[in-house]
Amino acid sequence: MAAGAAAAFWAVLERDLLIALRRRADVLTTFFFFVIVVSLFPLGIGPEPGTLREIAPGVVWVSALLAAMLSLARMFSGDFADGTLEQLVLTPQPLTLLVLAKVAAHWLTTGLPLVLIGPLLGLQFDLPVDELWILVLSLLIGTPSLSMIGAVGAALTLGVRGGGALTSLLVLPLYVPVLIFGAGAVAATANGTGAGGHLSLLGAMLMLSLVFAPWAIGAALKISLE
Amino acid sequence: MLEVTQITCVRGSRCLFDNLSFRLEPQQALRILGENGSGKTSLLRIVAGLAPAESGNIAWSGKSVGELGEDYRRQLAFLGHANGLKDDLTPLENLKLALVLAGIDAERDLLQGALERQGLESAAELPVKVLSQGQKRRAALARLEFCAEKPLWVLDEPFAALDAAAVTRLAATMSKQLQRGGMVLFTTHQEVELPGAAVRSMQLDAA
Repeated sequence: MAAGAAAAFWAVLERDLLIALRRRADVLTTFFFFVIVVSLFPLGIGPEPGTLREIAPGVVWVSALLAAMLSLARMFSGDFADGTLEQLVLTPQPLTLLVLAKVAAHWLTTGLPLVLIGPLLGLQFDLPVDELWILVLSLLIGTPSLSMIGAVGAALTLGVRGGGALTSLLVLPLYVPVLIFGAGAVAATANGTGAGGHLSLLGAMLMLSLVFAPWAIGAALKISLE
Repeated sequence: MLEVTQITCVRGSRCLFDNLSFRLEPQQALRILGENGSGKTSLLRIVAGLAPAESGNIAWSGKSVGELGEDYRRQLAFLGHANGLKDDLTPLENLKLALVLAGIDAERDLLQGALERQGLESAAELPVKVLSQGQKRRAALARLEFCAEKPLWVLDEPFAALDAAAVTRLAATMSKQLQRGGMVLFTTHQEVELPGAAVRSMQLDAA
């Protein structure tokens, strides 16, 4: 039983990664959206290093939220349309685990690339090395929460007309704590108070969403399927 | 044994059927008849546990399906209107995934064999999106061959888009399952005989 559930988790994760690999355009869209939005700010605001250093954490984090939003619509809609979601719900495996696999695949294909390109984008804003590290660390801990929380919104608006816009309205307010502590971690490093507290809170949010989000997503998916 | 007692289904403000009851015992097949929109798919989705009934009860071996949860789903093979295949994966990958999720172990050779029997040997390595409608349906049906252990099959329009040979093959698979002691609940607009098995029919009238 437990072995079957673990096998099902890996099978769903592998499936979604394989599909992402075969539809690279979807993944690259999110990635380049993030890169371009972040890069537009220095162009618009001007090359004053002091200003750029100050706005960098906020710009990178807001762009990460928007990039995450962009990819949410695709998270369950494909499975919903082709009937695989029905099959997932009807398997004898715990739905929370299968949902967790889908969210993990979503983060690996949309969140992780943002974390990896983070330092390079930070350099555009003339961030010093210690702040770059904290930026990457905050993205690493924060972006999985974005996938988790976003998935709840995506599941709730599944099959609803104009679901994409509705998802943004639902999810963006819920992203606010992650934004505050994510961007705050970098700012705190800059002014010397230390990022430990911010990062711990981001970690706490991740733990909370890991526990509660899969359950909420599963319930929302079942409602959407009715 | 599946026991459906007095279920009522309301969609929007429209009552599709009310106080519908039937029993399905091992070796029995029940075909749901009715016009488009009479609630056949809704009935099958309610029986599968995908949608709740407005009222009434569905019991499996005397226990309510809602309480059984996973234990009921382990007994059930459901084929919906949609094929449940990912367009970007091959029929082989789709089949493998479906079986892992259903908790069924099968060797790759067996999977390949099942697809060949569905006439998909040349298409097994192509992404599903390039297949024809009938081939997609066959790829979805290949799963049933491994579902012999699951006593309850709920099939929504399984014969749709299939050619004559594939219809005969599916009818034989269903008969074999019935002879093994399975139960099959299905809808179809085609006249199909299940060889060696008696099929009861139930008419849903648009209320």
